[in-house]
Amino acid sequence: MATHIPFDQAHAPEEIGDKTQRKLWLEVLHEWVTTVDHKKIGMMYIGYALFFLVVAGFEALLMRIQLAVPNNSFVSPEVFNGLFTMHGTTMVFFVGMPILFGFGNYLIPLMIGARDMAFPRLNAFSFWISAFGGILLYYSYIGGSGLYGAGSAPDVGWFAYAPLTAKVFSPGHSTDYWTLSLLLTGIGTIGTALNIVATIISMRCPGMKMSRLPLLPWLYLVTSGLTFVAVGPLTAAQIMLMLDRYLGSHFFDTQAGGSAVLWMHFFWIFGHPEVYILVLPAFAFANEIIPVFSRKAIFGYPAMVAASVGIGFVSLSVWAHHMFTVGLGAAENTFFVLATMAISVPTGIKIFNWLATLWGGKIQFTSSMMFAIAFLFQFLIAGLTGIMLSVAPFDWQLGNSYFVVAHFHYVLVGAILFMLFSAFYYWYPKMTGRMLSEKLGKWHFWLFLIGFHLTFDFMHVPGLLGMPRRIYTYEADRGWMIWNMIISSGALVQAVATLLFVYNMVWSYFKGPVAGPDPWDAWTLEWATPSPPPSYNFAETPEVSSRRPLWDLKHPDDPDSDYEIGPSHRRRAKEESA
Amino acid sequence: MFLSQGWRGIAAIMLSGPGADPTNIFAPAGTPAHSIFSLSLLVLSVTGAIFLGVTGTLIYVLVRYRMRKNSPDADQEPPQIYGSNQIELSWTVIPILIVVMLFLATTRVIYTTENARRPKDALNVTVVAHQFWWEYRYPSLGIVTANELHVPISDPKHPMPTYLTMSSADVDHSFWVPRLAGKTDLIPNKVNTMWIDPQQPGLYLGQCAQYCGVQHAKMLIRVYADTPQQFAAWVANQQRPAVDDTAVAEGREVFMHNACISCHTIDGTVATGRFGPNLTHVGSRDTIASGSVANNPANLRRFIEDPANFKPGALMPPMHLDSHDLDAVTAYLTSLK
Repeated sequence: MATHIPFDQAHAPEEIGDKTQRKLWLEVLHEWVTTVDHKKIGMMYIGYALFFLVVAGFEALLMRIQLAVPNNSFVSPEVFNGLFTMHGTTMVFFVGMPILFGFGNYLIPLMIGARDMAFPRLNAFSFWISAFGGILLYYSYIGGSGLYGAGSAPDVGWFAYAPLTAKVFSPGHSTDYWTLSLLLTGIGTIGTALNIVATIISMRCPGMKMSRLPLLPWLYLVTSGLTFVAVGPLTAAQIMLMLDRYLGSHFFDTQAGGSAVLWMHFFWIFGHPEVYILVLPAFAFANEIIPVFSRKAIFGYPAMVAASVGIGFVSLSVWAHHMFTVGLGAAENTFFVLATMAISVPTGIKIFNWLATLWGGKIQFTSSMMFAIAFLFQFLIAGLTGIMLSVAPFDWQLGNSYFVVAHFHYVLVGAILFMLFSAFYYWYPKMTGRMLSEKLGKWHFWLFLIGFHLTFDFMHVPGLLGMPRRIYTYEADRGWMIWNMIISSGALVQAVATLLFVYNMVWSYFKGPVAGPDPWDAWTLEWATPSPPPSYNFAETPEVSSRRPLWDLKHPDDPDSDYEIGPSHRRRAKEESA
Repeated sequence: MFLSQGWRGIAAIMLSGPGADPTNIFAPAGTPAHSIFSLSLLVLSVTGAIFLGVTGTLIYVLVRYRMRKNSPDADQEPPQIYGSNQIELSWTVIPILIVVMLFLATTRVIYTTENARRPKDALNVTVVAHQFWWEYRYPSLGIVTANELHVPISDPKHPMPTYLTMSSADVDHSFWVPRLAGKTDLIPNKVNTMWIDPQQPGLYLGQCAQYCGVQHAKMLIRVYADTPQQFAAWVANQQRPAVDDTAVAEGREVFMHNACISCHTIDGTVATGRFGPNLTHVGSRDTIASGSVANNPANLRRFIEDPANFKPGALMPPMHLDSHDLDAVTAYLTSLK
């Protein structure tokens, strides 16, 4: 089967920002609220997540001001405890998940040559119910304390250990807002995961066998599979907590014989796969972006798929490494040490394959690529501190200290957020038809890099010096102040860099250079559509015969399809010699 | 000033000396902390070697294979390489070997720490965590105290570790004194144990390491490692009945006729409450408010007036005593040496 990708020239927008089609804002609003188009829903996910990124980032800034010096009284302990709970919950559930699902929603149908997701209405429903979850969480600032007046945000921490969440220790409704908003967003998450799996399984264009599926949809498939397994226990635990709080059950009610450890198991069997649910899409972006800017095919495609699926499976058996200090016993701890260390093998394979992709390439240092390279470097460090934490005795010291906070921010910011910025610079032209400013992009990159390393490199140190997390203030004689000063100053630099990025997105939307369909000379199907793509994506269904259909079109004398069959990757060489 | 403090901190970590950092995990002063420290050196050197190797390769690749605009083949794509099973295999097998090595070293420390044989003359202390303070009970000695844990030092030739049997009266807490041992959680409805064996006399600091509510930050831990003589003297004093000094009889009356007695115990009096710390020998402690402030009459008076002066969110309510009664009850409690 030959590669066949008709480019929809007839519907390519001739000039972006064409004034003739200007609509009333009410019409525009109606269009967005009622849309079932995967691209519009994807962009709504992304916009919604960016809004909450700024909100939760602002919460982080307030905490950093409070912690800059010992015995500070910038915020009260009650406010501080609300801040870190809201910061964590927001970043995981209302920034991380929606932004990654947003990119997935936008890109997956385009990359597999489909016109939409498998279930467009479910897609819209999932977005709106997740969005409502976020609004409900923040409404707690008004209604958290119940009916009698001033409110307060949830203050039980993002993993909300029992029995601190019991009615007796957490009166009022703040914990209920937390519980219900996570329940709702969990429904949306499951819906989207279901949609992604169905789309990838059944909507691929002719010729796109699973072995030709681009790595981005492959990794979203693994992430969605993990979502099914992980979100269920979280939802179950939230329902049990509601039963405890309002209907007199005793699952987590230790005063009546319930178990606090049960909640930990429920939460972390969700919570650890969740880390991989968030990081696999970042890997997915790297798998698309690093090859294009190295001008080489991804090294070891089958190994990359196998490693991702391997990470997916192993990540389901590592949750109790969050519980090394709980007193599970030596045998249980030993098992979870082994499982956790084992996951470093497929993760290492990924890093090595990215390096091998760079090797021998012609590396183009665009803003997108610079963020991707920083991702690679920082993810390496995050992985290595992860190995330190997997060593249970070391974790008895490091667990719940600022070292852990530094470690997982290295994953969430250093790896995932950097890769998200890379994805923005890469796919923004596809979504809007305009390039982001490279000049502002470089400023954004270097400022954010400096801020990131000031904050999160130095955050490891107070952990080593015995500073536990989630304290609103600390003693002056512990030797922690200088480190906290540096951490807080880095947070300010990151905030400035983020504002620069937001400015770049707004400015470029109106003034950026016109992108054209394929600004990066890339190889996957989304670049065969106009920028932005029409609502139906492809006028005719494309047909592909390799993993890189646009490479085949651009190099008809040397198509990919000649290379990719067989374990040795050398079929062609053998045929030639035969 | 900041900078010099920073460099001192770095130096302290590098040299792993006790230095000025009282809670540095790299300045171990007991067996569990020591074995973790040794293990962490192995882990740090392995991860450090991996870091240098991979980062070195990354930098080499970025410099060597950057796009060169002026080279003659600038408009051509580089050779496409799709993979190699031999290479994939090598960077699968070598990490597996490293993991096995680390796993075995880790397992050894887990078992030698968690399943260590308990010497029969080990001291047993029951630790009950409360929002936001620590209750210490010495069942074999008949002592109940709070927030300041006294243990004897352990001579490596005749180990005399202290075994802590731990649980919680309310929510989850965690006992962490970095220089003595790793942390262990205190969980309601569950009993955990850990052991410490400080070998040098002195004061070891720590604090609650599991978020437990509003005042999690000021749930501080003070472990006094005493010489045998110091410890014997401390035990003897704690075992004495509460001081009954007629000079502070007025303060005693205030205490016994207010809500104080519902939450606090003073041995030999009508005060038998168990919700708050045992005050039988509160005057002998160095600190109040769970290690937050020094125990002197001025601080004590401010604390009784309103605990939120030092610990907003503490469960003890402001006592609404007039100035005269405050002075009296402060004098009484200070007398309880």
